[in-house]
Amino acid sequence: MNYVGEHLLPGQIGHFFLIFSFAASFVATLAYYKATIAKDPDSEASWKRMARLAFRLNALAVLAIFSTIIYIISNHYFEYNYAWEHSSKSLPPQYLLACIWEAQEGSFLLWIIWQCILGLVLIRTSKKWEAPVMTIMSFGQLCLATMIIGIYVSNIKIGINPFLLVRQMEGFANAPIFNSADYLKIPQMQDGQGFNSLLQNYWVVIHPPVLFLGFASSIVPFAYAMAGIWKKDYSGWTRAALPWTLFAACVLGTGVMMGAAWAYEALSFGGFWSWDPVENASFVPWLVLVAGLHTQLAYRSTGHSLRATYFFLITSFVLVLYATFLTRSGILGDASVHAFVDSGMNLQLVLFILIFMIPGYVLFIKHYSKIPHIEKEERGYSREFWMFIGSLVLFLSSLFIITATSLPVLNKAFGTKWSVGEDNTFAYNRIEIFIAMLLGVLTAITQYLKYKDTDKKIFFRHLAIPTAVGMVVSILVSAFGNIHFDRYGTGYLVAIHIGIFAGIYAAVANAMYIWTGMNGKIQAAGASIAHFGFGIMLIGILLSTSKKELLSYNTTGINLPFDPKNKDKDPLENITLLKNVRTDMGHYWATFTGEDSTNETGNINYYHIRLQDKRSGELFELYPNLIKATKGMEGVSQNPDKHHYWDRDIFSYIQYASNLEKQSDTSQFRYFPISEKDTVFYSNGYLMLDKTVRDPDNDKYHFTSADTALMADVLIVSRDSTKYHARPLIYVKDDRLFTVPDTVFTQNLIVVLKGVEEGKPQIGIRESSSILPFVSLKAYVFPQINLLWLGTLVMIFGFVMSIIWRVRTSRI
Amino acid sequence: MKKFQLVLLVFIAIAIATLVSLMGSITTYETIASARQKEGKSVKLYVHLDHSQPMEYNPSRDPNFFTFYAADTLGNKTKVVCNFEKPIDFEKSDAIVITGSMHGQEFDIKNRDGILLKCPSKYKDDPAMAKKGLDQN
Repeated sequence: MNYVGEHLLPGQIGHFFLIFSFAASFVATLAYYKATIAKDPDSEASWKRMARLAFRLNALAVLAIFSTIIYIISNHYFEYNYAWEHSSKSLPPQYLLACIWEAQEGSFLLWIIWQCILGLVLIRTSKKWEAPVMTIMSFGQLCLATMIIGIYVSNIKIGINPFLLVRQMEGFANAPIFNSADYLKIPQMQDGQGFNSLLQNYWVVIHPPVLFLGFASSIVPFAYAMAGIWKKDYSGWTRAALPWTLFAACVLGTGVMMGAAWAYEALSFGGFWSWDPVENASFVPWLVLVAGLHTQLAYRSTGHSLRATYFFLITSFVLVLYATFLTRSGILGDASVHAFVDSGMNLQLVLFILIFMIPGYVLFIKHYSKIPHIEKEERGYSREFWMFIGSLVLFLSSLFIITATSLPVLNKAFGTKWSVGEDNTFAYNRIEIFIAMLLGVLTAITQYLKYKDTDKKIFFRHLAIPTAVGMVVSILVSAFGNIHFDRYGTGYLVAIHIGIFAGIYAAVANAMYIWTGMNGKIQAAGASIAHFGFGIMLIGILLSTSKKELLSYNTTGINLPFDPKNKDKDPLENITLLKNVRTDMGHYWATFTGEDSTNETGNINYYHIRLQDKRSGELFELYPNLIKATKGMEGVSQNPDKHHYWDRDIFSYIQYASNLEKQSDTSQFRYFPISEKDTVFYSNGYLMLDKTVRDPDNDKYHFTSADTALMADVLIVSRDSTKYHARPLIYVKDDRLFTVPDTVFTQNLIVVLKGVEEGKPQIGIRESSSILPFVSLKAYVFPQINLLWLGTLVMIFGFVMSIIWRVRTSRI
Repeated sequence: MKKFQLVLLVFIAIAIATLVSLMGSITTYETIASARQKEGKSVKLYVHLDHSQPMEYNPSRDPNFFTFYAADTLGNKTKVVCNFEKPIDFEKSDAIVITGSMHGQEFDIKNRDGILLKCPSKYKDDPAMAKKGLDQN
């Protein structure tokens, strides 16, 4: 069939460049390989020229692919699945790029772009390592290109082509709308499904690019290590690769922490880290990379730990590939909230790991005995020994985390049915708290040791002051910091206190080392600054987590069910706030004052929650909101709001709002003829007709004897013995009967007076769940959360200083 | 013994210890029938919503009480009681993973983490969901 109105050219151009980039990276790999094994310099030079050209053409092709996708999306060509599924006409322009990396293909493309840029930099800077390192880079590029090439080889799908039309999508082809040639005119093809509104936040613009730059750059230290073995120059690469290891660790760490900040800022996971498998998957390669960074430094200064460096750098890249498999294969589907759905590429993803892992480890084992090492052991008072121990601790931690994270994989492989238990976070935290202690203390003392050997007296003298200061500060924090996290028993609480000491010790010792150990030579102090930041991070993590406090503990009573079975059950973490009813919430009075929707597209509902500090009387408002989902999806997503203090955050989000669903209220009035002082029961207590008043004249009604009016004064007693009054009324005017019902909002009760029958007033009551707007709120205090972010920034800053320093010194 | 070997031994010992401790906090996937056998023990169930019976959630009365009915692939059914809010969009989800324990005829879930729904962004990659968007809209 000839379809009308499709723009097929951009897709053809795009697909052409997909194949072109695949071919160019193949040529680059081959030519760099030839250049690496070439015997004479002339042929090496000519192979290199060809390889460079091929790699640069590949980079151009990638640029063209990327531009074409942007072109398709920004022109709203919804015949393309990428535009249709991930964008819409109302997409705010700042998310144009972000919607590209919302899906698997786009995020692979992001990875490819970064790896291209890194390759171009390496071509210029890696000098004699260019040929072997770029062979591996080009090969990586080739593998990534297969992920988006989207071709079939005898019925096996290779990659996902981002330029497919909607009608070419699997399972869509026989959709009835494609029976008409002008299907693009059909309403559902006129606009796209849109970019997920929950993700519409500046973090989605910056977090994925940084994380993928981290992933992409982790191949560089790996490539150098492989090049070292390949060229049988087992140690020379460590100098040139050092800035790259630092860079990869810095960027990957930043990316992971940005994810944590995003989770905290904008998503309602109730914290910055929940040990979700997807979080762990990118955290673990970082841990191993940092281990490798430390052994690499130790090797550069002493000649020890080269074998460990090989092992860590190879492993960290393999773990990046494994993380890719975990998050994209759908295998975490039952375990993680963020994992992608299986896209039918699992075999390809497994091969992607194996093709680097097997040669990597095989070469490492084969050449293990040839990798230089020093027979004599490190001394106990040497820096390199404790750096090595620290690296082992990092590796141990990563081993533990990845094992727990891999349970779904183990289940698949061995048919077991294991899973991390009910309390996922604690399963990890109770191990990681010890890791934190060890790392904190190691971070504190190791800088004071010199490479090779240290004079014990000087070492202890230098370390004495920081140790004393660290002790004093941490004892003060422990004594006056109100840290009473006893949910998991005293042992764990003690561990937290020790952990806080370790963090403080690390921060203090490293800050002081900048002066005592380095005589204030600040440009070389990157490591101390990064370690100082790490210490601050530890303190922030431990304090904010152990002192995290639930404000919205439901103590109001009015909303508790009167079911004794539920009494002992925790956690009752949501509090119901009725509109304009001041409610007791922890240290605050909370009032839900109203809602509005003021953003441009009107898809966000802001709920105004006024909080008043009970002690200081300080008033502030929080605007947690609910974002209506993008077209094609249903429902809403919760978006928290926070009130920041320097030492804590008040964090809240809406769990439920009465205007969420348009409920049809089916409750009906029930009528009771009752005399004065008679009682009638309703579901949450009883009510009593106190008296009836003719022609009332009071604060509410103003009648005179000329009118005909009757008011019932009804006393309502709820089960918690709270008393309310309702004063429904009937009156006659112009020969017509009018009723004025009265409402007791907190009891969801409407009371009417219907009339008087046989001398008995007829009282009607209706219990309704939808008379009063309300929200269910969850609110926390996160104390000292800012230390975590501050520490992160300081650590990144320290990394950047180190990179600059090492780049400068590696040139000398 | 050399220092390196000592370190290695300690390392291996600790590694084994942590993994053993991990085993301590591990639960297993069960069916509703086998969970009934292990009453009171924390388990995971892979179930789908039983739409034939009503969900109960009345936030104005108690925002921390939510019940629904679930069935597994073997056709067994159970009532599920949660001490927290109804997750937003819950009724639209189909297959879910729940973590908790069986008490009598009811399956109790204490933690909000005990119900695993997918992060909304990830639905879109699901071809079935996308197809739905194409057909309805």
